Amino acid sequence: MAQIGIRGVRKSYGKTQVVHGVDVDIVDGEFVVILGPSGCGKSTLLRMIAGLEEITAGEISIDGEVVNELEPRERGCAMVFQNYALYPHMTVAQNIGYSLKVAGVPRATRDQRVLETARTIGLVDFLDRKPGQLSGGQRQRVAMGRAMIREPRVFLFDEPLSNLDAKLRVQMRLEIRRLHQRLRATSVFVTHDQVEAMTLADRLIVMNEGHIDQIGTPSEVYGLPASRYVGGFIGSPPMNFLDVTVGGDGGHVVVGDGQHLSIDPAIGAGLVGQTVEVGIRPEHVTVGHRAGGSTLTAAFDFMEDLGAGRLFHGRLGGADFIVHSPEHRPPAFGEEIPLHIPRDAVHLFDPQTGKRVAAQPVVQAAAA
Amino acid sequence: MIERTPILNVATHVIMFSGLLLLLVPVWFAFVASTHTMQAVNAIPPEFLPGDQFFTNIEAAWTRADFATKFVNSMIVAVGVVVGKVAIAAITAFSIVFFNYRLRQLAFWMVFITLMLPLEVRIVPTFAVAANALSPFQVLMNLFGITALVEAVSGVRVELNWNLLNSYTGLILPLVATATGTFLYRQFFLTIPDELVEAAKMDGAGPIRFLRDTLIPLSKTNMAALATIMFVFAWNQYLWPLLVITDTANFGVVVVELGRLIPDMTTTGGGIPEWHTAMAATLIVMVPPLLVVVLMQRWFVRGLINTDK
Ligand SMILES: Nc1ncnc2c1ncn2[C@@H]1O[C@H](COP(=O)(O)OP(=O)(O)OP(=O)(O)O)[C@@H](O)[C@H]1O
Ligand SMILES: [Mg+2]
Repeated sequence: MAQIGIRGVRKSYGKTQVVHGVDVDIVDGEFVVILGPSGCGKSTLLRMIAGLEEITAGEISIDGEVVNELEPRERGCAMVFQNYALYPHMTVAQNIGYSLKVAGVPRATRDQRVLETARTIGLVDFLDRKPGQLSGGQRQRVAMGRAMIREPRVFLFDEPLSNLDAKLRVQMRLEIRRLHQRLRATSVFVTHDQVEAMTLADRLIVMNEGHIDQIGTPSEVYGLPASRYVGGFIGSPPMNFLDVTVGGDGGHVVVGDGQHLSIDPAIGAGLVGQTVEVGIRPEHVTVGHRAGGSTLTAAFDFMEDLGAGRLFHGRLGGADFIVHSPEHRPPAFGEEIPLHIPRDAVHLFDPQTGKRVAAQPVVQAAAA
Repeated sequence: MIERTPILNVATHVIMFSGLLLLLVPVWFAFVASTHTMQAVNAIPPEFLPGDQFFTNIEAAWTRADFATKFVNSMIVAVGVVVGKVAIAAITAFSIVFFNYRLRQLAFWMVFITLMLPLEVRIVPTFAVAANALSPFQVLMNLFGITALVEAVSGVRVELNWNLLNSYTGLILPLVATATGTFLYRQFFLTIPDELVEAAKMDGAGPIRFLRDTLIPLSKTNMAALATIMFVFAWNQYLWPLLVITDTANFGVVVVELGRLIPDMTTTGGGIPEWHTAMAATLIVMVPPLLVVVLMQRWFVRGLINTDK
C-alpha cells in the first residue's frame, strides 16, 4: 500500500530526451494505467519507478520517501514483465519463492507462502514444473505469483498480456482486476491497448511522445478528451475530425462545404471567425433526422457490418467520416444520407496546439 | 534434406572411412607394439597383429616411468587448470557482459588478443615471472620510487620474492588464464535476456546472487564443454612442465615422463629401442583424457552447439 509521487521527471539517453517532464500523483490502492503508442516512453517511466532506469531529472517518491537513489530491491516494488522473465532452470515453486529465498525467509515459511500464492493464482498442481513446460497463460500467472508473494507496496506491469492470445488476454485482464480488488495494492500498468486500459484503470494516464496529454478516469478521458491526440487515440473506430470555421454568433461552425453544425455558444462566442478543428465520435452520430442538435448530409461510400452495429463510411465537408449506428437499410453508393449530430457530441480543438478549446472545465491538461 | 545421389553417398562414405583409417592406424600400431617383446617390435617386417606381452609391457612402463606418482601430479595439474580456467573465464565474462564501466570493451579485446599469444610464444618472460612471481611489482615499486622511499624511511630494502619453480602452483597458474573460455562464456551471457537480469534485481538478488543462482546453473553445459577441452589441453602440456620442473621425482607429470621413455637420437644418442614399453606407456597416458571426453561427450556437444533455455 503506497502512494507514488512523480515530480518533473525527465529521462534522456545521451542527448535525446524521451520523457519530457512528467508530474503525476498516484493514490494509495489505485490502479493506474499508462496508455500510449509504441515508443512514447511508457516503459521508460515505469522502469524509472521500478529503479531499473536512472532518473535524469526530477523526483519520484513512494510513501513520501524520495527513491531516486534507492536500489530496485529497496523500493518495495514488484514487476511483471512482458516476456514473463521466469528463471528457466527453476521450478514454478522456486520461481515464485525466489525473492523470499533471497530475503532469507526460512524454508518452512517460504513453502507455506508459495503454496498460498499458488492457490490464489490456481497453479498448485504445477509447482514442480519448469517454466518451459507451461503454457503462455500459466507462465504469466507464475510471473504474477512471483510479484504477489513479496506483498509489495507497488505492483508494476509492463504490457504483461501482449504475448497472450485474444481470449486469454481478456481472461487474464479480469483476473488482474479481481486480484487488485482483493489486494488493493497500488498498481501501475503499462499498455498500448485501449480496451485493456479502459477496463482495468481507476485512472488513465495518456502519454504521447514523452508527455502526459491527459490524466483522468476512463469516462473522463473518453468524454472530455484534453487534446485532439487523446480524442483520436481513445475510442474505436476513432473520432472524426473536420476543419471548420466558427460562424455567426458562435452558436455554430461552418463545415468545408458550407453546412452548419451547431455548437455550444458558450464555447464558440470567443472564437467567431476563427478556424478550429471539431471532433465527433462515430457512435454519437445517428443516421436520420432527429430533434435538437443539427442534421448534416454526407455522401455514403460503403458499410461495414459488425453484427452488433454497422459502420457507415462516407464523406462530409471534404473529409472522411465514419458513423457507428444500428441503422439497418444500407444506402446506395454516393447517396446523400442525413446525419444527426447532437450539440454536446461536438468537441473543439485548437488546430495549432491540438488542445481542447473549452468553456467547461477540463479535468486536467498536462503542462508541456 | 532429401537427396538421392548414390554416387555422392558412396563418395562421402569413402572419404569418411579413409579419414577414420588415417586416424586409427597409428593408434593400432601403438597398441600392437605394446603387446610384443622388444625383439618382435624391432623385427623386419614389422608385426601387424597383437602379441601376448601386453600386461608385461604395461607393468614395465608403469614402474619404469614411476607413473604412480606422476599420475597423481598430472591429475592435480589438469584438475587445477580446469577449475581455474572455468572460474576465471566465468567471472571475467560476467564482469564484461553485466557491468557497465568505462573501458570494458577494451578489457574484452585485450583478453581476446591474448589468443594470439599462447604460452609457447611468451615462454621466456613467463618463466622469468615464475622464477619470481612478484618481480613485476618489484619493478613497478622501483620505478615509482617506493622502494627507495621505504628504504630511506625504514632502512629496509624491500626485495619481493615468490618462487614458483618446482611447485604445483607454478605448473598451474600460468596456464589458468583463458581467452577462449572467456569468449565462450561471453557469447553465452550475451544470450541471457535483459528482462531476466531485471527480474532478479526486482527479486532483490545482487550480482553475486545472480551469478550463483541463475547464471551458473544456466551455463552448466558450457562449463562442461570448456572443462572437457581444457582438461585435455592441460593433461597434454609438455613444454611448460619440462621447463619449470627440475625436481622431476616429486613434481614430474606423465607427458614429460613419457618423453623420457621414447628412444631419441638427440637426448640418449639412440639408446635401446624400447618401443614396446614406450607404446605401452603411451596407451596408459591416453586413458584419462579419453575417459573425460567419453563421459562428458553428451554435455560437451550440447554446450558447444546450443544452450538449453
Ligand atoms: N537504452 C536506450 N537507449 C536509447 N534510447 C532508448 C533506450 N531505451 C528506450 N529508448 C527510446 O526511448 C523511447 C521510449 O521508449 P519506451 O521503451 O519507453 O517506449 P514504450 O512507450 O514502452 O514503447 P512500446 O510500447 O513499444 O514498449 C523510444 O523512442 C526508444 O527509442
Ligand atoms: Mg514498452
